[in-house]
Amino acid sequence: MNSIDLTMNRIDKAFNNLRKRGQKALITYITAGNPNLEATADLIIEMEKAGADIIELGIPYSDPLADGPVIQRASARALNNGIKIADIMNMVRSVRQVTPIPLIYLVYYNSVFKYGIERFVKEAHDVGIDGIIVPDLPLEERGEVFDLSKQYGIHLIPLVAPTSHERIARIVENAGGFVYCVSTTGVTGERDEIQTNIKGYMEEVSRYTDMPKAIGFGISSPDMVSQLKDYCDGIIMGSAIVSLIDKAANKDEMLENVSRFVKSIKQVLQ
Amino acid sequence: MKNIPGRFGIFGGQYVPETVMNALIELEREFNAAIQDEDFMEEYRYYLREYSGRPTPLYFARNLTEKLGGAKVYLKREDLNHTGAHKINNVLGQILLARRMGKRRVIAETGAGQHGVATATGAAMFGMECEIFMGKEDVRRQALNVFRMRLLGAKVHSVESGTGTLKDAVNEAIRDWVTRVEDTFYVIGSVVGPHPYPTIVREFQKVIGEEARAQILEKEGRLPDYVIACVGGGSNAMGIFHPFYHDKEVKLIGVEAAGLGLETGKHAATMAMGSVGVLHGMKTLLLQDSEGQVMPVHSISAGLDYPGVGPEHAYYKEIGRAEYVAVTDREAVEAFVELSRTEGIIPALESAHAVAYALKLVPQLPKDKIVIVNLSGRGDKDVETVASLPEVEL
Repeated sequence: MNSIDLTMNRIDKAFNNLRKRGQKALITYITAGNPNLEATADLIIEMEKAGADIIELGIPYSDPLADGPVIQRASARALNNGIKIADIMNMVRSVRQVTPIPLIYLVYYNSVFKYGIERFVKEAHDVGIDGIIVPDLPLEERGEVFDLSKQYGIHLIPLVAPTSHERIARIVENAGGFVYCVSTTGVTGERDEIQTNIKGYMEEVSRYTDMPKAIGFGISSPDMVSQLKDYCDGIIMGSAIVSLIDKAANKDEMLENVSRFVKSIKQVLQ
Repeated sequence: MKNIPGRFGIFGGQYVPETVMNALIELEREFNAAIQDEDFMEEYRYYLREYSGRPTPLYFARNLTEKLGGAKVYLKREDLNHTGAHKINNVLGQILLARRMGKRRVIAETGAGQHGVATATGAAMFGMECEIFMGKEDVRRQALNVFRMRLLGAKVHSVESGTGTLKDAVNEAIRDWVTRVEDTFYVIGSVVGPHPYPTIVREFQKVIGEEARAQILEKEGRLPDYVIACVGGGSNAMGIFHPFYHDKEVKLIGVEAAGLGLETGKHAATMAMGSVGVLHGMKTLLLQDSEGQVMPVHSISAGLDYPGVGPEHAYYKEIGRAEYVAVTDREAVEAFVELSRTEGIIPALESAHAVAYALKLVPQLPKDKIVIVNLSGRGDKDVETVASLPEVEL
């Protein structure tokens, strides 16, 4: 590894490499600790093998108000297992020994706040996390998390929505990683179609920034991915994968079904 | 145009998904314009007067005063409002605001069902589509109010997630609002949620305190020594406290639900046992564990069964402007029965918490002291719950 590699965030590296190859990123989400932490570690490796470029790990929370029923249930299941933030940090630390895949925490603000903002960001960095997404921390409230993330070299991923409009300029200012473009108004969860005028929306976001742009929320099938991929640099899929995890009868079936699904999406993006 | 501050000390703020930020900004702008628009305020006062029946009396509770043998007790009769509680004050304001903003669909969360009924009522009168989110546990224990909402034309969603109580109803209402933010107005029922809601709800509830202050000056020629109100989210309490804020000689006491007792862990006493955290878009005091997971709460009263509290109350506590105490389910039920028998007034179980604290405080005070208890709602909805208790014989 050369010195540039050492200082460059893995998310940026991933997008640079994909761009060179003319490919779009596949970003997958799973809730840490659902059904258990060992499974989470195995799923990270399995999804990477199947073609995921970046993985989001949800930190389970009692009141996930940006999430639909699938991720709400996954969160509740993980909490019923007694999963603590320290357990998740430890799991990430050991996974990081075996894979360089960019890893992002999706975490509600109260978890970060109560843990201690600096303690959370520093530990996340130390175990090998590359980015943080906080779905309930808008521009107006993000200052402290934003500054500390910069200080520790991880990206606080900026979120924009179809309702953001003129706010986009300030949301993306000085931000790093990629712009998480929420596809539609609403919470996470599979949908049959997305009502937003994606072309117009993504053009609007592009007027404000050259950062990579990934679309997430409600994307459930290879068909939808093929409709969306030309307008963005990456696709984020969560509930569709979590559903597969929840439906599997045993661990082998879970890994196999998730792997097959991730491959099917990756194929569309290549 | 003057801006309203988004924080009360360290409390308050806007911890919500980006999707609704522009809606909150627009809401703040429209609210600021509305409360400085004399026509708007006149219409609000018109509906308070002609539709809800304000002003509500400040009733001297002679029998209770004689029985307790201490300070004089006055009851601010918010239970006499149309729909049976103070909730309608805020709903009329917010529905008028919704109409001014061109929204045709309103949603609301409800705990005891009083805010849901008030919202359904306002929506019926103004011809708006109305959907109410209510925890499944509350749907069960407040069945009468569910029927009332449906009768008024509202759709009631039973919320199964989490503990199936008020907290989860708020989560679900926020999720709906995020989904339909462009055509929907979220009528929040208490002084909670992201800025500007705590301020909006306080401004539409402060009529309680403004009236009470004028009424006591007229009846007694002076201000009261104590103002007592129950606190779940805290809208009736903030409504009566706020106009007394600068009257430093008036002691403000908020009464939370101690449930089965603070030592049992089954309570909703946020002020007594909570720590700083973020829930429902606001930084406030919260019943949570060391990882920030919100803890299950308990109160016999559905309206107080909430793990957070309005940020302005957290601020009042921090600066010492108000004192917060807690009374148990049992004490509240005793007060429920006591006020029914002594004054012929059946209080809501929520309001019975304020009455219960007055029953303890008043006998210790000299006869020249004056106590106002905010009787925030009527108890018809709770009769079934109370009748089912083994210790109560009806």
